[in-house]
Amino acid sequence: MAKEIDLMERQRRLAWYLIVPAVLVVFLVIGYPLIQVLVYSVLKYKLDGVTPPSFVGLGNYLFILTDSDFWHAVAITLIFSVCSVTLEAVLGLTVAMVANSNFKGRSFLRIAILIPWAIPTVVSSKIWAWMFNDIYGIVNVLLTNLHLIPQKIAFLATPITAVPVIIAVDVWKTTPFMSLLLLAGLGLIPGDLYEAASIDGATAVKKFFSITLPLVMPTLLVALIFRTLDALRVFDIFYIMVGGQGNMATMAIYNQQWLVSFLDAGIGSAASVIILIIIMIFVILYTRFSKTSFE
Amino acid sequence: MKEQDSKSPLLRVLFYLLVVVILVFNLFPFLYAIVSSFRPNADLFSTDLFPKAFTFLHYDEIFKDSRFVTGLINSIIVAGCTVLISLALGSLCAYALGRLPFRFKGPVLYIVLTMTMFPQISVLSGLFVMLKGLNLFNTRQGLIMTYLIFTLPFTIWVMTQYFRSLPRELEEAAYVDGASPLEVFWKILLPLTVPGLVSTGLLAFIAAWNEFLFALTFTVTDQMRTVPVVISQFSGATSYEQPWGAIMAASMVVTIPLVILVMIFQYRIVAGLTAGAVKG
Repeated sequence: MAKEIDLMERQRRLAWYLIVPAVLVVFLVIGYPLIQVLVYSVLKYKLDGVTPPSFVGLGNYLFILTDSDFWHAVAITLIFSVCSVTLEAVLGLTVAMVANSNFKGRSFLRIAILIPWAIPTVVSSKIWAWMFNDIYGIVNVLLTNLHLIPQKIAFLATPITAVPVIIAVDVWKTTPFMSLLLLAGLGLIPGDLYEAASIDGATAVKKFFSITLPLVMPTLLVALIFRTLDALRVFDIFYIMVGGQGNMATMAIYNQQWLVSFLDAGIGSAASVIILIIIMIFVILYTRFSKTSFE
Repeated sequence: MKEQDSKSPLLRVLFYLLVVVILVFNLFPFLYAIVSSFRPNADLFSTDLFPKAFTFLHYDEIFKDSRFVTGLINSIIVAGCTVLISLALGSLCAYALGRLPFRFKGPVLYIVLTMTMFPQISVLSGLFVMLKGLNLFNTRQGLIMTYLIFTLPFTIWVMTQYFRSLPRELEEAAYVDGASPLEVFWKILLPLTVPGLVSTGLLAFIAAWNEFLFALTFTVTDQMRTVPVVISQFSGATSYEQPWGAIMAASMVVTIPLVILVMIFQYRIVAGLTAGAVKG
């Protein structure tokens, strides 16, 4: 008995020793910088090494919230996020259901859908930028050869054509992640349910809406949260494909530019806080929604 | 949704058509990039799927480019060290969270899960100033430190799930034999979590290898750039004249090792990706 208590005590002490280093590192790289960001956000803080920081209260926030460039970036980011996450959910579920069926070549399909996921975002952005190149891009060449368009289109020059292309890149790259999560979710559905439904004469459509969809919903919601949070902070794809075009900056690009190009840690930090709040609103909405639909 | 033999031939044809569409959509851009990387500049606008002439010129060109080679070395060092540090700190912490009695286990796990989804952009200025203050701006050490933001919480979370899933009996027997908790971890549990270490390590490596925002923001010289940033800055004589052949060749050099790893460790990677997310 005494020995067991002794063991518990030793385990408890060891637990502390093991957890503390990781917690310290997490605090150093997330907690401390986050506190700094909150502090900088109320300062006029130029990183030129000359002007000393001074308190401006909510001045930086007011500047951003009245800056039409910022709202434009919010609009671009929201359009991008809603479209790409919706498409990814629909395509992800389709691919997951196909990959969950029995057919020849199923394992090949499962490997093939992993490839876009493994490609670095910078690389996929470059590949797609090349495919949609205004002169040599295969899309333009094919479309003009088939006489579908009268002349070549500079896809990446205006938001009307560039944003859909960028959404396509994101869908291409991240649908695999969605499919994999959903595939795991589909695997948890007991096969008897479908057999019972077949005996009752349910059609495939009925089975999808009354068995597959409700049962895969919890997994789908988790996947949606992950993907939405990722999409809202999109940086790489826009930076690579249309970087430098102010009318296609996302929230993250707006933020990074204030920090790096204008060396303004005050406005850069206030932008970070606003982005964090927008992301948190989405998290709250999702958790609300998942609570109301499962209780 | 198991495919049944009783289904009509039309449905089966449609099903296979869907499979083909999925395969083409997933593979075409990648294959097109490979083909472009071997295509001589003169044929660059050709749409033939198989190039009439092959050239290794673009690969020659990029391996003679010291920026690309330096970037490649930097990426290997940064991603490698990030993974090693995350696995070391993360698996120790995960052992405590998954296996040892600990009063604040719930809150700590909750914080770790929140951190796995933490948007990196929100601490960009904080890290920028911190790295400058620590004289780690524009260094590989600085990048490694900031990369722990996304690799460490993730490693802790996934490894905790692994430690939890191991049977209790193993360690109980060892404790009866008088082993200490640390010995139980080192000699009994850790060897059993090797599959978990492989999958989290690979996922962390891929994440660090692909990272762009921090690498772009926290490094400024060619000596310190990682390879994604180098590729993003490849340019020709003028900004209108991008060296697409070289860009595609460089892209393939940084991508093909990952694709091969993913193919080999397919099951491990899928297990790591879905751990946590599905169990919730």
